[in-house]
Amino acid sequence: MTDGAAAFFDEMTAPDGSVRPAYADYCGWLANQDPAQLKRKGAEAEEFFRRTGITFNVYGQSDAEERLIPFDMLPRIVTAREWWKLSRGIEQRVRALNSFLADLYHRQDIIRAGRLPLRMVAQNAAFLPQMAGFTPPGGVYTHICGIDLVRTGDDCFMVLEDNVRTPSGVSYMLENRETMMAMFPELFTAVRVSEVSDYPRRLARSLAACLPAACEDPANPVIAVLTPGIYNSAYFEHAFLADQMGAELVEGHDLKVIDGRVAMRTTRGYKAVDVLYRRVDDDYLDPLTFREDSALGIAGIFDVYRAGGITIANAPGTGIADDKAIYSFMPEIVEFYTGEKPLLDNVPTWRCSEVDSLAYVLDNLADLVVKEVHGSGGYGMLIGPAASKKELAEFTAKLKARPDNYIAQPTLALSTVPVFTKAGLAPRHVDLRPFVLVSPERVEITPGGLTRVAMKEGSLVVNSSQGGGTKDTWVLDDD
Amino acid sequence: MLARSANSIFWMFRYLERTENIARLLDAGLRMALTRDAADAGAEWRSVIITLGLKERYEAKFGKAVTGGQAINFILRDRDNPGNVLAIVEAARTNARQVRAGITRELWEAVNEGWMQINQALARAVKEPTLGAALDTMRRHALLVRGAMDGTMLRNENFNFARIGTFIERADNTARILDVKYYVLLPSVSYVGSRLDNVQWETVLRSVSGERSYRWLNSGKMEAAGIAEFLILDGRFPRSLAFCYAKLHSNLAALAREYGTESGCHEVLRDSLSRLHTLTIKQIFNSGLHEFIGEFIGRNQTLAGQIERDYRFAE
Repeated sequence: MTDGAAAFFDEMTAPDGSVRPAYADYCGWLANQDPAQLKRKGAEAEEFFRRTGITFNVYGQSDAEERLIPFDMLPRIVTAREWWKLSRGIEQRVRALNSFLADLYHRQDIIRAGRLPLRMVAQNAAFLPQMAGFTPPGGVYTHICGIDLVRTGDDCFMVLEDNVRTPSGVSYMLENRETMMAMFPELFTAVRVSEVSDYPRRLARSLAACLPAACEDPANPVIAVLTPGIYNSAYFEHAFLADQMGAELVEGHDLKVIDGRVAMRTTRGYKAVDVLYRRVDDDYLDPLTFREDSALGIAGIFDVYRAGGITIANAPGTGIADDKAIYSFMPEIVEFYTGEKPLLDNVPTWRCSEVDSLAYVLDNLADLVVKEVHGSGGYGMLIGPAASKKELAEFTAKLKARPDNYIAQPTLALSTVPVFTKAGLAPRHVDLRPFVLVSPERVEITPGGLTRVAMKEGSLVVNSSQGGGTKDTWVLDDD
Repeated sequence: MLARSANSIFWMFRYLERTENIARLLDAGLRMALTRDAADAGAEWRSVIITLGLKERYEAKFGKAVTGGQAINFILRDRDNPGNVLAIVEAARTNARQVRAGITRELWEAVNEGWMQINQALARAVKEPTLGAALDTMRRHALLVRGAMDGTMLRNENFNFARIGTFIERADNTARILDVKYYVLLPSVSYVGSRLDNVQWETVLRSVSGERSYRWLNSGKMEAAGIAEFLILDGRFPRSLAFCYAKLHSNLAALAREYGTESGCHEVLRDSLSRLHTLTIKQIFNSGLHEFIGEFIGRNQTLAGQIERDYRFAE
């Protein structure tokens, strides 16, 4: 059933056809299911998502139609032991990222020590000079992180990307589990799966641990989620999180700076906000400080922030840490701040800004994946092995014109997990985005995350904007 | 609560109520069309168009003559009518999305599901024979939303603003039906007892789903003053003006308690409420039913505007 997948590590089935331990209980259950019944469940799941309104809008599509992200019913399963190792590596990495940001916006020891070239920061648009010398409340920069992992072998997970600006997808982690539990309640008595439903409560607690100096009632802090509005592709998630946290869901025009605080317009007048979990980019946050034409932000919020009047999560300027060119330095960064060897590997990365690397990349373009340094969402990237001659030529020109705008990585042999197709189970490539919460007291990683799956046979692109789907992610409970 | 959320939930429920009211009006029109000759049916569809405030737009497109098929589709799904049902249902859902964090999941899903079903039911032109099924979908949707709301929403300010939106809209709707039909209800010796009268009166009641209740309360006696009294002053009937205002009163009072202070809207409400409490149907007829209704609609709008200002719906 895993035709042609021998070259890739399949997480469910070993090359000899046996089921790997993580999937043993699940497959035992699956063997007793009626295939026709399962097919009906698939339609049910789609209906469930439509009714719940878990939809997203795709940028650049002319019809503003709301689309569903395809959901595959076969869970992606990770053993407790695998998870334990992963979470240690993620925690180490996230701590290093926070220390790195604190350092970059203060003494810049890592540059002084010669471990990171100054130009990586000085010429980087993601570095915000306005943050220099400022320490955010609680010393936390990246309250919420999404660390993208890929797997290439039995014991081999690698970090593909660190998302420390406004990572999205956590609502799918939660809703996918809800859906699975609604469809297959008995399955959860047969297999013990770690809970994820606690995430919104932990998020609220984590945010409340970083209150600004001006907060008047620390026992009852006012938390608000800032959304660009209902036409944003992740609006569902913004509303979902606000709802689950019991926070207000605000837009820029609900907020105004009054008496040194950022206040929201309520039915009783203006009320100060203590923590703003913003889901708008840095550029749009404050038209006075950043983009003048931004209608999404709040004029003057940055001054209030610097004066201790509000906590912004994540802190402005975190983008410098998940920049793809900085990414290539992550092994050095982890080691510099933790004094330990990185527990999680980086994907080998060529910085096209470097002459030797560029030459190598141009020579081997057909075998590499090329990404824009500031890109995301799978836009503007080249997958060498899948590219046409014309696309390769176009990228060659782009690389030569602006080498510093690109990095290149080998085409990874991403692991596969089966999905349900009309013709039965078929392997598809996956990645994994666990969600990490950072507060002054702790780093918390929800056991699970968002598994994205390339729904097209052979495709390595898992982004929902490019037709990727999702799976429920199980971390098995260790008994 | 966030003022913008109050605005969204207020309008969400106005639009939901409006959808339901349109379904009722169409149902009454359909009934007429099925039981009477073409002239009567045309007159009834025409009064539906007038009640919905669509006379000018309709005539601009189709001329003076009103036919069932044209009227139905103009009201339900014609883009030349910006207040068509599809647009209203869309607006209700958009507002629900805006205030998604302030309503329960059950309520949101009921609204979202209704939006899907109504879109499906109205995807193609509706003819008189298929109108019943479409109206049924709209009515079921309203019941589902109401049930989800009643069973799951916290009784807090969100709930109060939802109810206020509902009853401002409902009062407006009942008043408009009365206004368009007031001549039917005018006590005139020559009309009394004629068959036409009875049918027309019944249509008025049917437009507010009140025919059964009225009969039950009045032993089936159809009488103009009785019907007008029932629709205006009978606090037991959930679509009467008195009922709507009792609900507006209790929900605005809840807001005043919660906020510890009254606002301008409480004053406006007290005025309207005392009129409904002290006037008799005889006094209303004596000083003119049409005048009374016109004034009521104006005051109702004033109240809505005052609520929007008092609670800072917009800036």
